[in-house]
Amino acid sequence: MSTETRAGRPAVEAAVPSPPPEVESRRGAPRRRPSLGLAGRWALLLVATIAFAYPLVWLVSASLKPKSQVFDNRLVPETVQWSNFVEVWDAGPVLRWLLNSSLVALMAALTVTLSSAFVAFGFAYFRFRFRGVLFGLVLATMMLPGAVTMIPVYLIWHQLGLVNTQVPLWAANLFGSAFYIFLMRQFFLGIPRELFEAARIDGCSNVGLFWRIALPLCRPALIIVFIFELQASWSDLLKPLIYLQSEEYYTMPRGLKQIVDGFALSGEYHWEIAMAATLVATLPMIVVFAVGQRYFMEGLATTAKQG
Amino acid sequence: MARSGQLQRREARSAYLFIAPWVIGFLVFTAGPMVASLWLSFTDYSLVGDTKPVGLENYQQLLQDPKVATSLKNTFVYAALFVPLGTAVALALAMLLTKVGRARGFFRTVFYLPVMTPAVAAGAMFLLLLNGQRGLVNEVLGWVGITGPDWTTDPAWLKPSLALVSLWTVGGSIIIYLAALNNVPQQLYEAALLDGAGPVRRFVSVTLPMISGALFFTIITHTIAAMQMFDQAYTMFYGPQQKATASDESLVYMVYLFQNGFQFFKMGFASAMAWVLFLIILVITLVQVRVGNRFVYYEGGSTR
Repeated sequence: MSTETRAGRPAVEAAVPSPPPEVESRRGAPRRRPSLGLAGRWALLLVATIAFAYPLVWLVSASLKPKSQVFDNRLVPETVQWSNFVEVWDAGPVLRWLLNSSLVALMAALTVTLSSAFVAFGFAYFRFRFRGVLFGLVLATMMLPGAVTMIPVYLIWHQLGLVNTQVPLWAANLFGSAFYIFLMRQFFLGIPRELFEAARIDGCSNVGLFWRIALPLCRPALIIVFIFELQASWSDLLKPLIYLQSEEYYTMPRGLKQIVDGFALSGEYHWEIAMAATLVATLPMIVVFAVGQRYFMEGLATTAKQG
Repeated sequence: MARSGQLQRREARSAYLFIAPWVIGFLVFTAGPMVASLWLSFTDYSLVGDTKPVGLENYQQLLQDPKVATSLKNTFVYAALFVPLGTAVALALAMLLTKVGRARGFFRTVFYLPVMTPAVAAGAMFLLLLNGQRGLVNEVLGWVGITGPDWTTDPAWLKPSLALVSLWTVGGSIIIYLAALNNVPQQLYEAALLDGAGPVRRFVSVTLPMISGALFFTIITHTIAAMQMFDQAYTMFYGPQQKATASDESLVYMVYLFQNGFQFFKMGFASAMAWVLFLIILVITLVQVRVGNRFVYYEGGSTR
């Protein structure tokens, strides 16, 4: 359970230390020079930084421009039109969509975190027949394209009368999700078994072992699963397209798609409204990242090691 | 003996209690629906009206429908553009990041923020950025004397545009590669250096084998995801009504499947499409695993 990319940790230089800059600036290539000079490396990083960061900066700028200037590609808008963000509110029930998305994402993340941890503990701690086969089955489901089950699952919710509600967007998470079960199990396996044995001698039940020992010790893992699912659920478009028909139930991405279709791709080409809505749909995730950055990085590093 | 047997049984009972949620979920939301969709794929089911078995008709129609072939080709082209390019770009950036010291945190944030951007939002933004006449991308290309294409309207450039938007979100791979690069033992590089290995040789003989596990993992997951690409393509080029300007060149497999299932309500046909996709992904993954096993180096020997 070693997750190495902690924020405060001094960076470990993985590759060969580059020769001192004096060597680089001398004319004529010295032998054993790394393929990229120091300057070249920073220049490449600068270009990459601009390429990755600029679209989001551009988005903020575009969302504040009047209709006629959206395409002018200026960094600072010539005229700042704050009213775009007021008009977004008239373009659709945006506040409602934000609330819907928040509710769905929170429910999806909460349920999948608890259920996946519960199941993962079963696979990590107990020894039972068919454990290997069943866990193999868990892993195998990760390869199954969602399309295969998409239509029958829709028919289940249809039968239950829950189409055009938000329940289908999160309720299946009550039963755990393969990738998160896999991830949590890795964390639980890292807990020394003696801890559980000691608690058991003190009269702790199996559920107690999970709730009072395993969960508190794996708090980082729980947070990792929670924020990964929060982000995945917030961003999803396919499920809201399939299940939500009434505008008032839309999630933010589904609503954004409607605004883009109605205001930008057809109608009067109000791209500034579409861009304001795009920013509104993106900002909550930026906030989530700002708060949970450490856990995103840790989660990815763990994933890399298991791969 | 009897006592330990009892203990074992009690342990098994607890174990099944813990994994019960997954077993139930698996039966209701995976195994059952798999059987159902296989059955549906041999019927003309359409949510309303009578359903009758049609044998292999859906599969025959699938072979004849030119749009299925087109969408499959588009999906392959998109995957063939994005997966190698995404892997190369992410690896290159991760390698640059190993040497930036304290600034690493800043760069990780910059490269990961696009991943946080919902696909619909990214799609909407890039419709403007990639606009052929006035988009920023072509303006920048213009500075270096390149006349950029009509990314979002020229049929030949729709798939490269989709790949480009995906390329913007390779931050996850960058972080994964960076973590893998940090785990490469320094001594290996020193030994290689003493043996007179140049930078290329060090990369090929030390770096690549040592991070092959992470590479393998990301390539497989990216390929599976690319074959199922939906959000971006649908946001950028499709909607409730098929746009007049929409070209079939942007029709990826999942978009066509979605249209068949939930816009034309040809659910039997869509189920057949889903099974074909499943088989294709299965074959691709098996080939990748087989090829990968030859190259991937797992630390700690051959236990994997």
